[in-house]
Amino acid sequence: MALAEPRLAIATPRPREGLSEVIARQGTAFWIVAALLLVMPLLANPFWLVQILAYAMILGMIALSLMFLAGYGGIVSLIQMTVAAFAAYLVAIFGDSAITQISLKWPWWTAVPVAILLATVFGTLGGALSVRTEGIYTIMITLAIGSAFYYLTLQNYTIFNGFSGFNGVLPPAFLGIDWGSTVPFYYLTLGCAALAYAVVVYVSRAPFGLALQGTRDNPRRMAALGFDVVAHRIAAYAFAAVIAAFAGVLLVWYQRQVSPGTGGVGPVVDMLIIAVVGGLSRPIGPFIGALVYVLLRTFSLDLLDWVGFEGKRYQLLIGLGFLVIVLFSPDGLIGIWQRLRDRYRKSRETQAAQMRVGGGSP
Amino acid sequence: MSAVPSLERLNTASSGNALELRGVSRLFGALAALSDVTLSVRPGERRAVLGSNGAGKTTLFNCVTGDFSPSSGVIRFFGEDVTTFPPHERIRRGLRRTYQISSLFAGLTVVDNVYLACRGVSRNRFSLRRPRRDDTLQHAAESLVDAVHLTAVKDRLVGELAYGQQRQLEIALALSGAPRFILFDEPAAGLSPTERQDLVQILTSLPAHIGYIIIEHDMDVALRVVESVTMMHNGRIFKEGRPGEIESDPEVQELYLGGGHG
Ligand SMILES: Nc1ncnc2c1ncn2[C@@H]1O[C@H](COP(=O)(O)OP(=O)(O)O)[C@@H](O)[C@H]1O
Ligand SMILES: [Mg+2]
Repeated sequence: MALAEPRLAIATPRPREGLSEVIARQGTAFWIVAALLLVMPLLANPFWLVQILAYAMILGMIALSLMFLAGYGGIVSLIQMTVAAFAAYLVAIFGDSAITQISLKWPWWTAVPVAILLATVFGTLGGALSVRTEGIYTIMITLAIGSAFYYLTLQNYTIFNGFSGFNGVLPPAFLGIDWGSTVPFYYLTLGCAALAYAVVVYVSRAPFGLALQGTRDNPRRMAALGFDVVAHRIAAYAFAAVIAAFAGVLLVWYQRQVSPGTGGVGPVVDMLIIAVVGGLSRPIGPFIGALVYVLLRTFSLDLLDWVGFEGKRYQLLIGLGFLVIVLFSPDGLIGIWQRLRDRYRKSRETQAAQMRVGGGSP
Repeated sequence: MSAVPSLERLNTASSGNALELRGVSRLFGALAALSDVTLSVRPGERRAVLGSNGAGKTTLFNCVTGDFSPSSGVIRFFGEDVTTFPPHERIRRGLRRTYQISSLFAGLTVVDNVYLACRGVSRNRFSLRRPRRDDTLQHAAESLVDAVHLTAVKDRLVGELAYGQQRQLEIALALSGAPRFILFDEPAAGLSPTERQDLVQILTSLPAHIGYIIIEHDMDVALRVVESVTMMHNGRIFKEGRPGEIESDPEVQELYLGGGHG
């Protein structure tokens, strides 16, 4: 019996629910995290709000787009960081920056949609190029596209301004709010990240997402059911590119600059690490991975100094953490969390059973 | 072996055939799994393909559905040349198949497997919106589950089903949408006698306009549900006829009894 061995259980299609049903279905952990994130500006200082949390949510969105392809589609694409970097560049090119001889100074409400649209087209074309490959070959092709983009931005001065890229790319002000200031930027990022998360959760159980998981588990059977597997995978690339493009816009506003390094091989691989460390089986995984990454990156200096290593070697720490997690939990931090919770539940159940037995005997 | 095209009389209206193969061959390296197969089946016709293991029966199905492309030859489906079509294009035109080795989604429930099959042949395959509770495809999936007697286990994961139930689900997937012609690859293999009864009942109660080809070693099942038989050996068709003719044919009896299959 050669059933398709599912790497992950397919999320079952759920009929459309009312908002109240969706809300009722969430666990307590969800509500605690949601409430904490909402009131965070009252609890945290600007450094934590922006440098840690907002940055983690932006990277989390890019890793989420990678998780969508890898977790639901079985497609390991490294192109997502490049899509985000491309969107970041386009915002600087069409909008405003300190490089006045290149930037076109379109208003943000034209520059941003055009940037997202073009970055999505780019991600879709990249997907169309690599869609017929599998596994390691997909990684190679998407990495090659990423490197090509890196060298293009590095060497092209007329559009990408070469080595120095663009600085002075400021978040816009509208509705009477300066979205570049700490609290508005935090909420802007939180809103985008929450939206991306919700959309991925929703789509994973809509026909499109369900069929994508079918193509992951048994592509031949999907074709024999009438699905165009290649088209479905390209559409998945397009969907993931939209998320990565939004994140790219936030990224350039966060950094206020974009340069070839934004889409270099380092960040491209970091994105894979974030997604894998967090866990590819659930959309929350990439955000957890991103938070751990940002924390390590920010505090490894102190941590490494403290144990007597050179502080700049945070990559070493991240690499080690990656190794440990992949060795102990192929399903990332999410997997560890789930196993702990299952064990806790089981021990509580046996405890309860023992109590019943104990209580029943005189 | 003498090719006796005794069914040719039935197939004179060649342009109106549901399925038509002309000189179809398929090589695997030096091995000719199919050589020069020419075959036509009328709409609504029900035919058995018999032959020992390795005769090329499954390869024939794979070429018809497009799972493999033939090395040479032409395949027409309801008059349309589909030789170079990808599988999903053929499926969308009303062709269906089951697999000899069940090919299901083990991590999904029974109903969801059938739901996917119904989606595959509907529009809105790319829909980003979740279905409503009263979705017509959801209803279609449920009634197909009923039709193959799996109602009791409809919400179970397919990986947990018994073998016979998985075989029945294979059939449900092939009945989704509006099939015009179905290829059944050894649907009865490994089934219990009662399950075989159910299978015969499902096959005989299919709407009359749906034709099919069934690969089946069990003559008792095969000859009860078909009106014509094609015999294959070593990738070639060597005899075609009505069930009665085939059963009493000395050459067939010799080959079938001598070929290691009952
Ligand atoms: N994918 C394949 N690669 C190589 N050889 C194959 C493949 N599929 C089938 N064959 C060979 O083709 C011949 C016919 O196989 P098949 O069509 O499965 O026979 P049947 O279904 O009649 O038992 C066999 O000799 C088999 O080994
Ligand atoms: Mg076979």
